[in-house]
Amino acid sequence: MLTIDGVALSFEAGQTLMEAATAAGVYLPHLCHHPEFKPHGSCKLCTVKVNGRFASACTLPAAEGQEVLSETLELRQLRVRITQMLFVEGNHFCPSCEQSGDCKLQATAYALGMLDSHFPHFFPARRVDASHPDILLDLDRCILCELCVRASRDMDGKSVFGIAGRGMESHLVVDAESGALVDTVIEVSDRAVKICPVGAILIKRTAYEKPIGQRLYDHHPIQAVLLQADQGGGSCDQ
Amino acid sequence: MLCEIVDHHGGEATSLLQVLIDVQMRFRCVPAGVMTFLAEILHLPRTQIQAVVEFYSFLSVTSTGRFDVRFSDSVTDQLLGSRDLATRLCQRLGVKLGETRADDAVSVHLTSCTGLSDQGPAALVNGQVLTRLDGDRIVQMADFIDQEIDLDAWPKAWFRVEDQVQLEGLLLAEELPLGACLERAGTLDAVGIISEIDRSGLRGRGGAGFKTAVKWRFCYEGAEGTLPGDPSITRYVVCNADEGEPGTFKDRVLLSRNAHDVFEGMTVCARAIGALRGFLYLRGEYRYLLDTLLKVLEARRSRGLLGRNILGVEGFDFNIEIHLGAGAYICGEESALIESLEGKPGHPRNRPPYPVTHGYLGQPTVVNNVETFVAAARIMAFGADWFLSEGTAQSTGTKMLSVSGDCERPGIYEVPFGTPVSVVMHRCGADDPMGVQVGGPSGTFIGKAEFERILGFEDLSTGGSMMVFSQARDVVAIARGFTHFFAHESCGFCTPCRVGTSLLRQLIDKIAEGHGTPHDLVEMTQLAAIVKNASHCGLGQTAANPLMQTLERFPERYQERLKTTLFEPGFDLDGALEVSRQMTGRADANAHLTQVG
Amino acid sequence: MADLVTNKILIATTSLAGCFGCHMSFLDIDERFFTLCEHVVFDRSPFTDIKHCGEHVDVGLIEGGLCNAENVATLREFRRHVKILVAVGACAINGGIPAMRNHIPLKECLEESYLQAIGIDSPQIPNDPELPLLLDRVRPIHEVVKVDYFLPGCPPSAEVFWTFLMDLLAARQPQLPEAQIHYD
Repeated sequence: MLTIDGVALSFEAGQTLMEAATAAGVYLPHLCHHPEFKPHGSCKLCTVKVNGRFASACTLPAAEGQEVLSETLELRQLRVRITQMLFVEGNHFCPSCEQSGDCKLQATAYALGMLDSHFPHFFPARRVDASHPDILLDLDRCILCELCVRASRDMDGKSVFGIAGRGMESHLVVDAESGALVDTVIEVSDRAVKICPVGAILIKRTAYEKPIGQRLYDHHPIQAVLLQADQGGGSCDQ
Repeated sequence: MLCEIVDHHGGEATSLLQVLIDVQMRFRCVPAGVMTFLAEILHLPRTQIQAVVEFYSFLSVTSTGRFDVRFSDSVTDQLLGSRDLATRLCQRLGVKLGETRADDAVSVHLTSCTGLSDQGPAALVNGQVLTRLDGDRIVQMADFIDQEIDLDAWPKAWFRVEDQVQLEGLLLAEELPLGACLERAGTLDAVGIISEIDRSGLRGRGGAGFKTAVKWRFCYEGAEGTLPGDPSITRYVVCNADEGEPGTFKDRVLLSRNAHDVFEGMTVCARAIGALRGFLYLRGEYRYLLDTLLKVLEARRSRGLLGRNILGVEGFDFNIEIHLGAGAYICGEESALIESLEGKPGHPRNRPPYPVTHGYLGQPTVVNNVETFVAAARIMAFGADWFLSEGTAQSTGTKMLSVSGDCERPGIYEVPFGTPVSVVMHRCGADDPMGVQVGGPSGTFIGKAEFERILGFEDLSTGGSMMVFSQARDVVAIARGFTHFFAHESCGFCTPCRVGTSLLRQLIDKIAEGHGTPHDLVEMTQLAAIVKNASHCGLGQTAANPLMQTLERFPERYQERLKTTLFEPGFDLDGALEVSRQMTGRADANAHLTQVG
Repeated sequence: MADLVTNKILIATTSLAGCFGCHMSFLDIDERFFTLCEHVVFDRSPFTDIKHCGEHVDVGLIEGGLCNAENVATLREFRRHVKILVAVGACAINGGIPAMRNHIPLKECLEESYLQAIGIDSPQIPNDPELPLLLDRVRPIHEVVKVDYFLPGCPPSAEVFWTFLMDLLAARQPQLPEAQIHYD
């Protein structure tokens, strides 16, 4: 047994804290974590306090007697700030984004009650790659979660994507000397195409099949959607 | 030619970084076509190759100059006027800092601390080390470069690196006879070696202070479910010579004058844990030591101190390879270092599992600091009691300090653990300093009221960097320099460090330039806590230390720069109209904005 | 400082680099506007056509980000005169659609618009002193003044305005329910 915010829950050996929490119906915010992939631990939205120390729930093994804090003022504030960091480091203009309403970054921000970006915006110059006939790549919206990198490598067996650069210069690259997506072996049916939590990888000509206002997170809070999906109730990817 | 380079490094995927370093030397960049070619022959995704090229500071997609000059940008170099020298060189050569001149003759960059703080301002030129730069040398250098005079013909004195050992202690004073420690180790089994190291109380010299014997034992025992010392399990010994913490250079000195001891320590470790293969991860800035170190390894092989049946002991087999880094501070973090050894960008891994059970290629691996191996070798030769004769109960033995900054005698000081900072200040001729950065930017900044604090894991834990700052120095500028350093070196893996260090940099720039308000200090403090609490590894967790520690000790230095206004923009408002003014030719009152209004 | 005669709350509104969509959405509170007007009086606002803020205004609602010098001056006038400054809508909060020009250098923007675009017959960059000069980047308002509250949305729904103003009038800490938080 361990406790999250004072509520006891059981876990199975080998489970991470995130997995134990999800199984018990406790939502811990996350963007880089996906139940079908090895824990990544980079977005840090699932930061919790375990026996007084900060830790990422997605990578920390669940252990007997852990006293976990999640919904404290301090941790809520920390998660809002981290989400705001993701917003200001890229160019996230929701009103012009095809993914608005289906975007996990946006929905997570809603769940956290984020009203503003707080920090100054970096407004970086990022690349848009429309070279592929069926797939659009807009790096303005990339949050470096590496889900496409992992999906392409581990599920599609292709390694179409990678992260190059360092620090704030980190950016998504594709497996082609030209740097253009059209010159890679990606196909629209690839898992990597559908796993993007934001609007960085989009399938062309499908953007407005469902109108704004009628999309997943327009009516369902991400807490409920992800708990259901992560507990095995079906994928909530694109 | 590419195939030659690949073959020279063994053709394994793990050699990628080594191959790319050679490619960079040859082509002055890594061309896109070369990346594609290497992807094919190394059977690697091209994305990984691009990731590596763009991660390390010393690799580049665009061409550097035939003379590639990199000025060490450590705060101590800056105190000695390095920025001004870099600017002057750029002016004389007609090249912009950070760029390559149109004729490809020269490029000039700033680079993180090159490990020569005691003899700066320092720079690297095509990987060779320049020390004690001054205005005259810059003028001559510019001429040499313009005339394309080969580095071999530059004055030898410019490249001279001195050890500057100012105070010898246990480790440095006593000569270690070649092979002495291996002779003893050869007679002991794993348990015997580890228990001797254990008895000595030796703790990691990189700064974290993990007990060396415990690390070795965990590695020997291996992952859960395996038998201790199971010979079918491959284990590795890695020496961390990625001495990147600004202001430290003691590993450079050890590698120059005690290379045998370093390798001997690694070999003892190999004997203890049952490793056949070891790596010395040498930071790219110390490339100039590579040939000498390779010769030392060769000499050891020919004397039977490395290779098969070391000193004739059946089954005592061990070999050491040297891997170069390529300009990335984060690779000093042990799991990032392992990633780098595997030919990848230096992103710290998730832990658990720890490198002792899942390290290089997922195998049990010991990573120890250069100084730790030197100490281990001597403990093996002279016994634990010899080591226990100095230091404190919790911090046994001595510590090598790299002293630089505002003092008369910078250099290496080996002192017993437990020595107060004041003693070191006296020794190095630091007269009434304002403060000392102990353990580098990720360590602790102490003011003179704290000079009686002692060096040791129980108080001031340190990897050895000690940067001394006189009363004349601006503590805000120092903290600002360190904050820039962390933002530059953040690997980019986790959000709070990647974005947070850049936000901290913006805030301290604003405050240091006199545009900060009391609100900005509050903001900085809150942001610092988030970067510290949520970051993935030690870099992010300590990145705000310089700001917070100097703010705590010298609040008035920050307060005096603050505006009394409620709010001020973090960017130059009037400057934001400059392009418009130029394009319209306007200069009327409405063509300007005040910063506060 | 409420209106001395009527004891009503004074509200000022403006649109900077915005599209007036937020104002339209505000009007979507429909007949509730009458209820609102029992408690508030509009000062400077497109609703009243009053051109400058009165000396003491209680609440300032700012739609739009900052794209030029005049926006900055207007924002500062609001900050000087209003007690509670509210960033309304995506553009005020993060620059919004106008900020999508930020990755294009201003010089290129102006040259493309006024010198090079197809159909221009007397190419020149407008330079009349009456025209506000463009900032090199479009900025959210919190980068130039202190902002007290944020109402996200493009536009924020009428419910958001209503919730916020009712909270304020009832002297409660304004708090949007999660369902009302939207960025599109």
